[in-house]
Amino acid sequence: MTRSLTSRAAVGLFLLAVALVPLIGNSYQTRLATIALVYGIGAIGLNLLVGYGGMISFGHAAFFGIGAYTVAILGLSGLTSTVVTLPCAVAAGVIGALLIGALSLRMTGAYFIMITLAFAQMLFYGSVAITKFGGDEGIATPRGHLLGFDLHNGTAFFYLVFAITLATLYLSRRIVASRFGRVLRAINDNERRAVSVGYNAYAYKLIAFAIAGGMAGLGGALMANLNEYAAPSLFHWILSGEFLVMVILGGLGTLIGPLLGAILFVLLQTILSAYTTYWMLILGPIMLLIVMFSSGGVVLLLKRAGGGSRV
Amino acid sequence: MSASARSRRVGFCLAWPIADVGDEMTAALFLEQLVNGMQLGTMLFLMSAGLTLTFGVMNFLNLTHGSFYMLGAFFAATMAAWTGNFLFAVILAIICTLLVGALLDLVIFRHLYNRSHLDQVLATFGLLLAFNDLVILIWGREPLFVAIPPMLSGAIEISPGNSYPLYRLVITAAGLATALLIWLLITRTRLGMLIRAGASNREMVGALGVNIAILFSLVFGLGAAAAGFAGAMTGPLIAVQTEMGDEILIIAFVVVVVGGISSVQGTFVASLAIGIVDTMGRFLLPKLLGFTVGPALASMAIYVLMAVILLTRPRGSIAARAH
Repeated sequence: MTRSLTSRAAVGLFLLAVALVPLIGNSYQTRLATIALVYGIGAIGLNLLVGYGGMISFGHAAFFGIGAYTVAILGLSGLTSTVVTLPCAVAAGVIGALLIGALSLRMTGAYFIMITLAFAQMLFYGSVAITKFGGDEGIATPRGHLLGFDLHNGTAFFYLVFAITLATLYLSRRIVASRFGRVLRAINDNERRAVSVGYNAYAYKLIAFAIAGGMAGLGGALMANLNEYAAPSLFHWILSGEFLVMVILGGLGTLIGPLLGAILFVLLQTILSAYTTYWMLILGPIMLLIVMFSSGGVVLLLKRAGGGSRV
Repeated sequence: MSASARSRRVGFCLAWPIADVGDEMTAALFLEQLVNGMQLGTMLFLMSAGLTLTFGVMNFLNLTHGSFYMLGAFFAATMAAWTGNFLFAVILAIICTLLVGALLDLVIFRHLYNRSHLDQVLATFGLLLAFNDLVILIWGREPLFVAIPPMLSGAIEISPGNSYPLYRLVITAAGLATALLIWLLITRTRLGMLIRAGASNREMVGALGVNIAILFSLVFGLGAAAAGFAGAMTGPLIAVQTEMGDEILIIAFVVVVVGGISSVQGTFVASLAIGIVDTMGRFLLPKLLGFTVGPALASMAIYVLMAVILLTRPRGSIAARAH
């Protein structure tokens, strides 16, 4: 009980610290924090798949890109109200994930990794080739508004993203704790047993895939609003890989992990790229070392240090 | 830095530049594109052969396999500039990628063979990013262009008035010959027998007294060398630059999904099919559907093919037949 209290307090303090960034930091730091949270929203979705469902999707950027393009395409027709565009982006992410998931989930293991990667790359090439939507130039789109409230202010936009992040975090917590989440973990533990008990493993996995796609769509939509721009690079497989890295960095199958991982990743990237243009040459081996010599990510390290239980 | 702020190359380095052909479609032109497709297919086979072997024998999913293709092209470009002899450069490039592959296996990868696919993917992803930056550090950001060796720079008249570049014919033939060699190696030699045995049960092969460590290094090195060979030969046709291996790696994954990992023949048939569908799609779809829809669909054609295969034969086209 006390342990769980400690870890809850730690999570609360962490979120509070994030919330204070616009108040103590400058506009550049606020923007960085916003980016980290937006990636975090996508990573929370991916964590449901990888951490709880055992589905290693290497195509998560597909739905991030779908969300961003939904906002940008709606923006082309003059629709910039986030109350409309964000739900549309979530819906588009869910539909995209249902389509890709329905095909990809017919295979498991390494095949699933390759297929999700390939389908995301298909969308990347599609977005490059469709000149109507800007081709490889992408689409410029105005920053949306919230019920008439202007979001061009970086601080205002940060708090919108922060509120959505909290909501996503809460939703993922509820999902994991729900009956659905328990079945999903049971399938991950032993699919054959779950099936023989009577669960339709394929349907459960597909629903999880769709939820993750919706969360990625939401993140992508916020990214398009932040950058006032949607580009094919949002579909790129490197971004899919980076989402996986964020999830692992924070700690697989922990609720706060993906958010922590996203923040760490953006921090690492920013710090390294300030020193050298060859920052991948440093970040790549770091990733390799993390995989080879640790598992459980930062959350586990913190737990070991603080003796907390499940975060 | 946001994803969109980063500059990402959006280049179809794989799609062979198609000559401007106007609106007429002759049988000769059709044939030419078919040969182009076969050429892409043979290169894909050289890539996916190593991928399926390492996956089949070591259960290892290797994203750096595309880096071997890239390194092969860079090695060949550098050696060709140094020695002035392209054939010599290609041979050196093969040896170098083989050594890089065997070294990576020895130092890093063998610690990953027993890890989960997630660990393998993440570790090799990190390594791939590092390789992409390493070649920029060594060779610069500007793409290298390799001259086609003068001996092979001509064209052959395949029908009156229609000629086909000799170099492309030569590398297609070389690719096919290598494919045959790989098939003979796997099906007819003792090493191939061990590889096939390792693919079905590697613990058992080890228990029977075969030195598994050496076998793994050999398989890995050979796979890397095949990818390096493909990159070295493709070099004169495309811009040799960083990230050039990423695209062909993903297409090789599509090959593996379509062909299954059960046999060399399956991989070969799938490689040719993907190569031909991709090339013919880029050639025919814009003509059939116009220049707005056509190119978009053409760039997605092979993935649509993969989706169809998954829908109809979820265990892979060729694998399903073998079972």
